[in-house]
Amino acid sequence: MPTLTLIEAVREALREEMERDPSVFVMGEDVGRRGGVFLATQGLVDEFGEERVIDTPLAESSIAGIAMGAAMAGMRPIAEMQFADFIWPAMNQIVGEAARARYGTYGGVHVPMVVRSPYGGHVRGGLFHSQSVEAYFAHTPGLKVVIPATPYDAKGLLKAAIRDDDPVIFLEHKRAYRSVRGDVPDGDYTLPIGAAEVKREGADATVVSYGLTLHYTLQAAETLAQEGASVEVVDLRSVRPLDAETVLRSVRKTNRALIAHEDNRTGGVGAEVSAIIMEGAFGHLDAPVMRCAGLDIPAMPFAPTLESAFMPTADKIAAALRELLAY
Amino acid sequence: MQQAHPAPAGIEPLGPEDLLDLYAAMVRVRALDERVWILNRQGKAAIVASCQGHEAAQLGSVWALRKHAAAHFCFTYYRDMGVCVAQGLTMREVMLGFLAKEGEPISRARQFPLHGADVGRGFMNLSNVVGSHVPEAVGWALAAKLRREPTVTAVYLGDGAASQGDIHESMNFASVHNLPVLFLVENNGYAISVPLHKQMAIDRVAERAAAYGMPGVTVDGTDVAAAYAATAQAVQRAAGGGGPSLVEFDVERYLPHTSDDDDSTYRSRDEVEEGKKRDPLAKLQQRLLAEGVLTPERNDELRKAARREVDEATDAAEAAPYPGAADVLDHLYAADGR
Repeated sequence: MPTLTLIEAVREALREEMERDPSVFVMGEDVGRRGGVFLATQGLVDEFGEERVIDTPLAESSIAGIAMGAAMAGMRPIAEMQFADFIWPAMNQIVGEAARARYGTYGGVHVPMVVRSPYGGHVRGGLFHSQSVEAYFAHTPGLKVVIPATPYDAKGLLKAAIRDDDPVIFLEHKRAYRSVRGDVPDGDYTLPIGAAEVKREGADATVVSYGLTLHYTLQAAETLAQEGASVEVVDLRSVRPLDAETVLRSVRKTNRALIAHEDNRTGGVGAEVSAIIMEGAFGHLDAPVMRCAGLDIPAMPFAPTLESAFMPTADKIAAALRELLAY
Repeated sequence: MQQAHPAPAGIEPLGPEDLLDLYAAMVRVRALDERVWILNRQGKAAIVASCQGHEAAQLGSVWALRKHAAAHFCFTYYRDMGVCVAQGLTMREVMLGFLAKEGEPISRARQFPLHGADVGRGFMNLSNVVGSHVPEAVGWALAAKLRREPTVTAVYLGDGAASQGDIHESMNFASVHNLPVLFLVENNGYAISVPLHKQMAIDRVAERAAAYGMPGVTVDGTDVAAAYAATAQAVQRAAGGGGPSLVEFDVERYLPHTSDDDDSTYRSRDEVEEGKKRDPLAKLQQRLLAEGVLTPERNDELRKAARREVDEATDAAEAAPYPGAADVLDHLYAADGR
């Protein structure tokens, strides 16, 4: 089975879906000849032409709004936001408009649109090229929010997102793009949106995570294994819908739960997962639910020391796990 | 505002039959509009935004789309009852919307009146965030171009919406990609209470068209023939692959912004009375009577028939129940459909 980086898996999914379905097209800043600033769309303009790989003006609101309009008309646009930090001008179109279209018309129209965006930090991106944005969208009924951690998941989930009949925010971690490699089968497969996966089995504690932090969590679990603790790692893969059943099944087994994510702590996905655990597994808990998350400051400062201070690294997750297991 | 009255080349002026049809449509829309205000003051309709003063622009432009495009689709805003009715929304359906009753067809009473979508009848009005529908209309036009479909998309907006950044982005993109879309601006001189000179430093929204590389024209939007002709020219251009146009209708809003507004706090009564002199319905009636196209008897018949139709629609809507809440979660996602 071929081994791909995460960005190669994204590119393969885009190419195969455009080949499969002529209604799929890509639009965004620099997605054409340049192939995207991270090269996610590299080569697509040569294969599919400028009509289906549209270099847009630098205007995020209309990138989302135009994609939404085309989607309502039956196309399957994939709009790229060059960095997740740049998505704010498009917030009205995504949260205010696209998320409400089906509900507000009683199913009269729907929006089969994907908004892809590189997110996250630890890449020396500074305050405006590092942010995690998932909590804003996870709060919004009508949207789906997918965050793959592995190349296999990225390809299968992106294909599912493109075929989905509702708007999907698809977030790809920039540091994972080339640092994470994995086996990806040739050819077509999809993965269900809204299904978490246990990425490592364990008995003593559960860590719920996603995205790049999932890999730091797996490293921390390995460290704890050497210290004699067995840690289960649940990869949410999508934060809306959120697979409560898989989380609860794991916590009912291990009786201890930590949520690890790079996004800011306050009002983050961890808060929601914690509430789900309290509502569904309170009687099983041997310790309070804990969170290991990004600091509550704008993500993330530029200097490497400050960047590391922000990030929930493998070391910090391991420390949090020791505290959880000692409770 | 200065007026331009182009007599567009190659556009056959509307004949007596069309003008009479337009007049009859305008009479119906006016009767409906007047009634929903009464229902509001009776506490039955929670909110009303009037199309009075805009009817000629709305109906004349739809007539142009019908006649000159093989297919068309309208993205409307809250003041566009005339467009919705011209696209086929019945009086009863309109009334169900104003009273938020069971059976309202375009949002099932989830939204304000006249908001929702009816793809089959070719219109949608999704949002109350002013101007947000304009990029979506451009996307609809992009889809038509990509699929080689002959649809001309018309997006209606007010002078207030014209200040939104989305409108700049939309016109720019539409022009870069030569899309078959019309930007139809109903300029009534007020964004709720803010007059035009505080919204823009130019006299006409249409002046901006040049900056996007598309034609822009301002016409008297209270003159149905002028509204028709200017729109028809833009439709022909779009349908022929010539790209987008901006048509600005100079119209009057002589009622408050909505039933929740009190325009006496910001407009003189003299100004309002002056605006009423441009009532598009009165103007068309006068013209058709003068030309002998309309007889006083036929006029009475039309107005009585419209009132009867409004009465029946009102009775039906008042008798209808409010929607049950059993389906309040439905149609959030595809999987939640019924």
